[in-house]
Order: sequence, then C-alpha cells, then structure tokens
Amino acid sequence: MNNKIPNNRAWLLVLPMLVLVAFSAIIPLMTVVNYSVQDVLGPNARFFTGTEWFQSMLNDDALQAAFLRQISFSLIILAIQIPLGIGIALIMPKRGWQASAVLILITLPLLIPWNVVGSIWQIFTRGDIGLMGWGLRELGIEYNITRNAGDAWVTIILMDVWHWTPLVAMLCYSGLRSIPEAYYQAARIDRASKWAVFRYIQLPKLTNVLVIAVLLRFMHSFMIYAEPFVLTGGGPGSATTFLSQSLTTMAVGQQDLGPSAAFSLIYFLVILLVSWVFYTTIMNMQKDKPPHGGA
Amino acid sequence: MAEITLKGLAHSYEKTPKGAADYAIRQMDHVWHQGGAYALLGPSGCGKSTLLNIISGLLEPSEGDVLFDGQRVNELPPEERNIAQVFQFPVIYDTMTVFDNLAFPLRNMNTPEYRVKPKVLEVADILELTSLLDRKAKNLTADEKQKVSMGRGLVRDDVTAILFDEPLTVIDPQLKWKLRRKLKEIHERFNITMIYVTHDQLEASTFADKIAVMYEGQVVQFGTPRELFERPAHTFVGYFIGSPGMNFMAVEYRDDQVMFGTQPLPVSEQMKHAVANASSANAIANDISYNNIKLGIRPEFIAIASNPTADSVPIQVTSVQDLGTYSLLTFKLNEQTFKARLPEGHPPVGEAAFAHFDAAHVALYIDEYLVEAGHE
Repeated sequence: MNNKIPNNRAWLLVLPMLVLVAFSAIIPLMTVVNYSVQDVLGPNARFFTGTEWFQSMLNDDALQAAFLRQISFSLIILAIQIPLGIGIALIMPKRGWQASAVLILITLPLLIPWNVVGSIWQIFTRGDIGLMGWGLRELGIEYNITRNAGDAWVTIILMDVWHWTPLVAMLCYSGLRSIPEAYYQAARIDRASKWAVFRYIQLPKLTNVLVIAVLLRFMHSFMIYAEPFVLTGGGPGSATTFLSQSLTTMAVGQQDLGPSAAFSLIYFLVILLVSWVFYTTIMNMQKDKPPHGGA
Repeated sequence: MAEITLKGLAHSYEKTPKGAADYAIRQMDHVWHQGGAYALLGPSGCGKSTLLNIISGLLEPSEGDVLFDGQRVNELPPEERNIAQVFQFPVIYDTMTVFDNLAFPLRNMNTPEYRVKPKVLEVADILELTSLLDRKAKNLTADEKQKVSMGRGLVRDDVTAILFDEPLTVIDPQLKWKLRRKLKEIHERFNITMIYVTHDQLEASTFADKIAVMYEGQVVQFGTPRELFERPAHTFVGYFIGSPGMNFMAVEYRDDQVMFGTQPLPVSEQMKHAVANASSANAIANDISYNNIKLGIRPEFIAIASNPTADSVPIQVTSVQDLGTYSLLTFKLNEQTFKARLPEGHPPVGEAAFAHFDAAHVALYIDEYLVEAGHE
C-alpha cells in the first residue's frame, strides 16, 4: 500500500476481460433482469411491474413444491455420490494397467450425453423390453416408473448416481494420488489404524477436491433437466418435475416471459447463495479458532 | 535399548536383480550401537534412504537380516518396531492441533488420556512448542512442522531409535542450526539411538559422533568426522569429505621411481615400496594398463612456494581464490587439476611455482581403497 505506484491506466489491461465477460454473462443476464420487472404484451406494449413477478413466483404453490423436490433430489444424490465416490476412489488400483483400465471403465458414463442417458434408462426400465423393468417384473416386484412416484424417484436417483458418481470418484482418485508416500509411512510409524489414516490423512487431503466435487454436483443436480424429462417427463403427475422443467414449461411453453425471468433470477441466486455459503463454511473450518475469551 | 545390526544386508528394487547395478544396497554388515548419534552421509541416490527405510521396516530387504538386539525383525512392520522416523518433508496431520498431533501416536496405542497430557506437555516444552499447542498444525511454519513430526517420535516411551531422513531440507539456514542443536540436546537427554541421513558433510559432522559414508549402495567408511578427514578409507570419502576434496593421482612404478605420468614424485621410502609392490602385483595379474594405484593428498597438506626446494615438483598455477580465512589455489600438474589450501597471509605466487606434498599425509589407494603404506 505504501510503496505501490498508483497508475490507473493499468485498468486498461482488464478491459478485454471486461468486454468478454460483458458479452458472455452480464448483458444476457441484464436482459433477463429487464424482462423480470416488466409485463411485455407486444413490441410496443410493456408495463413496469416492479417486484410483482418475483412475489407471485415465490408464492406459487407448484413452484414451491418443485423447489422442495429439487432440494431433496440434490441432497439425496450428494449424500449418495460423495461417500460412494470416495469409496470407489479408495479401492481403485493405484498403478499398472489395471489402473488405466479401471479409469476408462469408470469414465464411460461421463461421456454419454444427458438425453441419451435418459433414453437409455427409459428403455432399460421398460417392463416389456427393458432388462431392469422386465427383470424386476419377472421377479414379481411391481415396478412402473410411469405410475408409481416412488419408482420414478428411485430410478432417477439411480440414473444420476450411475451417470455422475464417476466424476466424484475421479476427482477423489486424483486427490488421493497426490498424497506423498511419506504421510502413509509416518502414519504406519505412528501406529495409526486404517480408519485413522482415512480420517486424518486422506480425508483432510481430499478436502479441496471434495469442495469442487460437492459444488459441481450440487450445481449440476440442481439444474437437472434432460434426464428426468426424457425418462419420466416430470411424472407421474408432477412427482419428478424439477425446477428447470417448470421453468421451461413457463418460458417456452407458455411464453410467460416476465414470470419466467423473475423465476430464473431467483433460481440463479439460490444456486449462488448455497454455493457461496458452502464454500465459505468449509474454508472457515480450516482456520484456527480464535482464542477463547477477550484478549 | 536397541542395538541395530545389519547382517549381510542387500536390497534391490528389481524382482530378479541381474548385476551389481540392480542393487540399491550391496551386501553389507553394520552395527549401530545403543544410544549413539550417527550420520549416514552420501550423495543422492547412494542408497541412504533405502537403508533407513529398511531399518524402520517400511521396506523389507531382499537379502540379509536386520537385527534389533540380536532379534531378527525383517518381517516386523514399522508399527511393531520401536522406532520413529522423521521425513524430509514435514508430515503433520493437517486438521489436528499441535497437541493432537503430538498425542496421536499415544492415542493410537490406547494410552489413557491422563497419561497423554503430561507426556505431550513435556515434549512440547523440550521442543519449544508449548505456545503453539492449540494451533492447527496446518498453519505452522516449516520448521515448526518439522518439530511437531519429531515430537511425535519423542512422545512414545517405547522408542529406542529415531531415524532422520534429511530432516532439515526445507528449513531456513538460520533455523537449521537451531534445530540441529535441539537434536543434539534431545540426544543427550534421552538415551536414544539416532541415525541422521544427510548429504551435507557439515550437518553430519556437527550432529554425529560417528559417520557412515555411503557410496554406490555400500558403507565405504564408518568413523569419526576426524578419521574421515584424516584417513579416508576410500577415494570417494576423500573426494566427498572436505572442501575441496582430496587430490588423487594415478601413479605407476617405473625406473625405481613413483611416476605420475612423466613427473617423478618425491615420496617416502615406505610409500615407494608399497607402490612398487602394488605395481608388481599388477604386472603379475597381467593387467598393467589397469590404473588402480592412486596417491591421495588433501589440499591442506600441499605447500606452495615460488622457489624449488628438495622434494618439490614444478607446477603451473591457474588461479587463486581468496575465500576470507584462506585462499584456494588451483594448479596443474601433468595436465591434471589440483587444489591446494593456502593459509591466510601466504606470500603471493606467480604462474610457475613449486608444490611440496607433505609425505606423512600422502595416502595410497589400491582399487579405490586405502592401503596403509607403513609410514609413521
């Protein structure tokens, strides 16, 4: 602060970046903000509505239900995928051709486009020709994702776990590989149990990749659209209608530009807020606790 | 109490070692006595760390035995040997406080908490970590972290030996000195065998009572710092210890003289006999071209003068470097570069000068190993 040379022309260096961000993010976002506070009836007929759309969106029963479904879905898949991903990473082979083979096998689901995943599972779960649907029916288990909401939920969660756990596993695997051998050696000399090695070496060293994994998986799952849309179409009823599907119906199906713009902004802010709170909490956990009592 | 004996020890990282080159440790026997402060000195890749890991049990040797007090421990994992090891890069448990770090080995052994606390406080006091006990270990400086990893070895009552694998690599120079002194202090206070791996001769000689010099997977000399300096048992020790290292000349016996190329060398009678004997042995072995007879002399024992004296050889001075308390003179003799150490205030010498080798300090090496020539 004291020996820095003030030179405001340095801001010019940031300019290209600013222009780029403006075109990629700020301008499109502002158009949404623009729609969210107006009622657009035609090219020349628009009225300023203030926060009216926001209020009606927040009070909409269908959207509230979709929001709760969305939150539950994200929490469930995080609760399954993160521990499962860590577990898979721990048992993956460390070196040799087996390591490469397992890595390739595990990556395969990640390479499949979203709507193809939906189609695969849609066929897979069909009672007449799908392996899983047919198999369960032959076993005498009643299973129908188009009629039973529970079946639909289980299937969507299963599908997401199958599709995305590999990402968590790969992130954890890379995190585990970066732990120097000396840590394991020191732990052996300190007579640490397997659990202690996991709890005090592996897990702490995985913190950073896990933060990324949780954030990515949260954002992804909170925005999930194509897979349930193809698999269940949001049904049965609205049992698996998540936020983006509600939004699409509103914006594209009904052309309600004002409400859907307001809804989009709320949607965006929720994701931003949750991610920020999560990240800040984790980072604060790593700091020293302030000394007790007054100084 | 632990006396660590290595018997016929050899190790190879290959499954089926083919030649000597495949061995990280070549056939060796060695004894580390209880309570000693030892250093294991050698260049990178000479097998020091491999040897250390074999002692601590992180590696199982491919051949030979490791004995603790006469008991074979080859198959015992590190957790069952009473040994602690400090690594090159400080290993600490990030999420724990310093206190919990120090308590970790004790808690792993299910030590009751009322015994953990006094022990941790005692060790923290010795290592001057008391004020940091509540801090998260992650946020410490490198030297504090290294003290914590040392402390984890000291809290255990059952530890009879601590192995250090270049523990001061990441520490600032000023702090290195402090930590080294701390180590000495700990060694004197607890009756613990300490083996300290390093490639720094100064570090080795300030820490250890006895130094084992390793070269190409073998301990080539085991002795006090003074012995290593005065009577290097192997040309490598001569070259590695001292700054600069020993000068070596490949010599042969010709026309009743010890010849270094075309230059006859003035040496003692005993030395002349020894070289003559070695040469004839060479000749018998029908391998005259094999130049395995070397004379070594430390730069400290070469006197330089501007005028010839009896027993001096003409040399060509290439440079003189003033290093403060002494000057380092580089000269050429028979196309080979030599170093000589001149005391402070030595009169300047011109390009053509004369060197005198102190006969008592000329050592004979055959096949790289020291041979006593029998002079006093």
